[in-house]
Amino acid sequence: MYDVLIIGCGIVGAAAAYQLSRYQLSVCVCERYNDVANGCTKANTAILHAGFDCPVGSLEARLNLRGIELAKEICEKLDVERISMPTFIIAYDNPRELQYIEELYRRGVSNGVQGLRIVDRDEALCLEPALNPNIKAALYAPGSGIVNPWEYCIAMAETAVINGAQVKLESEVTAIEKKDGYFVVTTTSGVYEARYVVNAGGGWSAQVYELVGGHGLHQTNFAGQYFVLDKSQGEKLHSIIFPCPDEHGFKGICVTPTVHGNLLVGPDCYEAADGDHVGTDPSTLENLKAEGHRSMPGIDFREVIHEYAGVRPNTQIPDFVIGEAPECPHFINLAGIKSPGLSSAPAIAEELETILRGCGLEMKRKEQFVDSRKRIRFRSLDEEAKREAIRKNSLYGRIICRCETVTEGEIVEAIHRPIVPRSVDAIKRRCNAGMGRCQGGFCGPRVHEILARELGVSQQEILMDEQGSFLLTSVIKEQQEEETANENRV
Amino acid sequence: MTELICIVCPKGCHLHVDEENGFAVTGNSCARGSEYGQTEMKNPTRVLTSVVRMSGGSAHCCPVKTNGGIPKKDIFAAMDLLKDVILTAPVAIGDRIVPDICGTGIAWVATKDIE
Amino acid sequence: MRTEYDVIIVGGGPAGLAAACSAKETGAEHVLVIERDKEAGGILNQCIHNGFGLHYFKEELTGPEYAARFVKKAKSLGVSVMLDTMVLSVERGGVSASDGAGASGEERPWHVVTACNTAYGLVRLTGKAVVLAMGCRERPRGAVAIPGDRPAGIFTAGTAQRYMNIEGFMVGRRVVILGSGDIGLIMARRMTLEGAKVLACVELMPYCNGLNRNIVQCLNDYGIPLYLSHTVTNVEGLQRVERVTVSQVGSDRKPIQGTEIIFDCDTLLLSVGLIPENELTKQAGIPLDPATRGAVVHENMETKEPGVFSCGNVVHVHDLVDFVTAESQRAGKAAAEYAAGGSCGAGGRELSLKKGDHITYTVPQSIRLKNVEKNVEVSFRVNEILKDMEIQVLDNDKIICRYPREYMAPGEMEHVAVPRVLLEKASGDTLCVSVAPRKTDQVPACPERNENKEVLP
Repeated sequence: MYDVLIIGCGIVGAAAAYQLSRYQLSVCVCERYNDVANGCTKANTAILHAGFDCPVGSLEARLNLRGIELAKEICEKLDVERISMPTFIIAYDNPRELQYIEELYRRGVSNGVQGLRIVDRDEALCLEPALNPNIKAALYAPGSGIVNPWEYCIAMAETAVINGAQVKLESEVTAIEKKDGYFVVTTTSGVYEARYVVNAGGGWSAQVYELVGGHGLHQTNFAGQYFVLDKSQGEKLHSIIFPCPDEHGFKGICVTPTVHGNLLVGPDCYEAADGDHVGTDPSTLENLKAEGHRSMPGIDFREVIHEYAGVRPNTQIPDFVIGEAPECPHFINLAGIKSPGLSSAPAIAEELETILRGCGLEMKRKEQFVDSRKRIRFRSLDEEAKREAIRKNSLYGRIICRCETVTEGEIVEAIHRPIVPRSVDAIKRRCNAGMGRCQGGFCGPRVHEILARELGVSQQEILMDEQGSFLLTSVIKEQQEEETANENRV
Repeated sequence: MTELICIVCPKGCHLHVDEENGFAVTGNSCARGSEYGQTEMKNPTRVLTSVVRMSGGSAHCCPVKTNGGIPKKDIFAAMDLLKDVILTAPVAIGDRIVPDICGTGIAWVATKDIE
Repeated sequence: MRTEYDVIIVGGGPAGLAAACSAKETGAEHVLVIERDKEAGGILNQCIHNGFGLHYFKEELTGPEYAARFVKKAKSLGVSVMLDTMVLSVERGGVSASDGAGASGEERPWHVVTACNTAYGLVRLTGKAVVLAMGCRERPRGAVAIPGDRPAGIFTAGTAQRYMNIEGFMVGRRVVILGSGDIGLIMARRMTLEGAKVLACVELMPYCNGLNRNIVQCLNDYGIPLYLSHTVTNVEGLQRVERVTVSQVGSDRKPIQGTEIIFDCDTLLLSVGLIPENELTKQAGIPLDPATRGAVVHENMETKEPGVFSCGNVVHVHDLVDFVTAESQRAGKAAAEYAAGGSCGAGGRELSLKKGDHITYTVPQSIRLKNVEKNVEVSFRVNEILKDMEIQVLDNDKIICRYPREYMAPGEMEHVAVPRVLLEKASGDTLCVSVAPRKTDQVPACPERNENKEVLP
């Protein structure tokens, strides 16, 4: 019997587990994928928003502001890549846009956002020379930042595990039965009992809620597509840029650097049928290019290295849906966590703690709580530190990913962490190997080989990413399907 | 008259082979092209390359080739001969892996030194 | 461990090995090749097909055999090879000791190469001259914006080649290939021979990017259809590729609705271009040519940084390793001469080469007459298939030499040898290489071996 079972180990589930692992509670997180951070957390804009955008008085507004404060502290303690940088909402010379940034300014001030200013064109360009020089003015918000969303999630989940929480991968919840004072949760990896169940189901939280008879929540997910550009473009920008929304109220295509130094352009916004699988299409991507250039004319789109699409887990309710389910006591929804969910996650976890206390869960602090994490990032070490790292472990002397300068030492270390990565992309999310301009063309097979060796399995068992994403079909000269072989001979 | 693209070298000459005139070849720019044009019409052959598995040692595979052209009709039969071969190191360039392919006298030979 | 060298070569593939051998043969005493893989030979080790060496060795070799000859030669010449070692940076160091001073007495800086491996850790090596020979990389899916899902089963052709030929695994059973570069064509045959079914090879352009011989022996031999003016317009499959949609494109290269062909397959291979791997070059502040994405080089393959040379696919992507060898031998020789304090070619007359009609780039981009013995070798590519044309070298509007060509294609690098005597007559400091319809009057065509494109060292 667990005290708390959390469904979903994206950024919200991981933050919840991390928060609860401070207390003398047995906590279990069930994740349906073979790795954490694999749903909405995998594909988003990776921004810690300043908080001026949220409706005044909303849950979003409060949790966003608190969340980015907590993020500073957590990223520092758990060694998560995070960079503070300002946001510009740029306005061209038309009354609608100029009024809009004024309104955003007032909204931000009401939300308690510090340091907001309306700046004129010249000051804006002085602060961020990459902006389109044809703008008239901009809202300047210094309190925002960018983060590595996977590492943020992985770090919190790992720390929770180190402090006694369990993370069960490949455990999709298929049924939840309410018994007298506890729940029986059936998953694809086994049946678990828990006194409290937390729904952190991301793009599927309405469906999870339905498992306990919850009604009235409808998932209305929105997808968006992105371009990732080479570092040659990322180094041109040191802020986050948003245009003003269009006439339909769509927020607009963002241009932002990533913590790895790349440039991100996106997302657009359209309804998605599926809660997690979304593809890209050429016309949408063409639109991104035009919009990206409108904010930042200097982008060279020949330097695109990757495209992806992500899902914002919306519901029909305009705010986050957080609280104990009215029809099911001790079942707590952390649902509808769309943007600014990444920014709010640790504050949502604090909110969860308050709710759990409120519905009777006793929480006593652990005497010993490990609240630190350290990673070696070979690339960013100075020369002496590099020498030292190799002296201690010679595997740090072997570069596997040449685009991102990732060593075998870092990969092996990542494999032996508390949440074991079992796929090539899981290594990418932890070490950046394969994130660079060749997109794993060179290092993919080598990472593959290291994974098989360290995990003691055959290379054929190593996947690209989630379950079913197999890379190899057979050993050469062993059974290829007879039919294809025969076809060739006709 | 048959048109062929010569595959003897990367230049890819456009050959014309006249079957009714003793397989006379035109359009070639070297003697080897003429030879190719004739062979391609009478008994087309290809040099094949593949790999065979290795057991133990540092390399997973050893690359191999046929040390001469194999009749096109025998290509898949020649490939099948490698299915059950598993080599152990050391292997040297030129080592005969399968001595005679389908009675042609052509052999599969190693194309890499593996220690 | 020695840390000071006459010539340090970054990259132990065909370019690096050829440069190293030439540097040794030219008299450099201490020559070091740094290779990131566990063996020298570079990409040739996975290119197990034959067709290498026809120009250079006058026989048809496989990739591993071609590599082995150079590895053996380098060894017998006493070239040092550091394997499993990655170069992290190349920088200009302090001024060298007196023995490094140029013949004219000017002081020359050392070049500092920082590298790391598991045996020595992080090491700083100094070279009087450095040759950059890092090769190229494949364009990934992201660079060509293939729409659709993101399942497993999408590989660049070179990655699939590595899995099959080095690691010994099959990457798929039913395959569509996008792009008609040579590696894609070679992989079509390779996968077919190992029992996979290759359903189609799809090329955006109206012509094949690979060599004609590869269309014949890799596609036609196995009945694999080549779809020119087509592209992949959708990839479906949640975990592994399940379906690929291919559409015809118009002259604007945009897909035409209603022309979709759907292939049930588990694999999509990409052979959509190669990009020189110049991160070290950029980091060192050495200027690159946006057309080649390689360093701007002089006639002897010296970059704009004195004492730093570059050769092979890192300068411009070649079709034939034989030409990589020839170019790299020039670089290795020049690097050894530089290391010995020889002329770096500065100070004399310098002609820059501009690209004219139909030409996408030239290598070299500049010619220092002082360094030209009899001819200077100029390589370039054309932008479309051209028939019955001539290559012209122009001094303003005056043709100084011309080379007739029956057939030219973007997939085949062109080479011309421009005689020094003609270069000397140039009136300005710029020459233009251009392609125009063949003329029969005017200047006689250059009496050289260009028609069969032999380029021998």
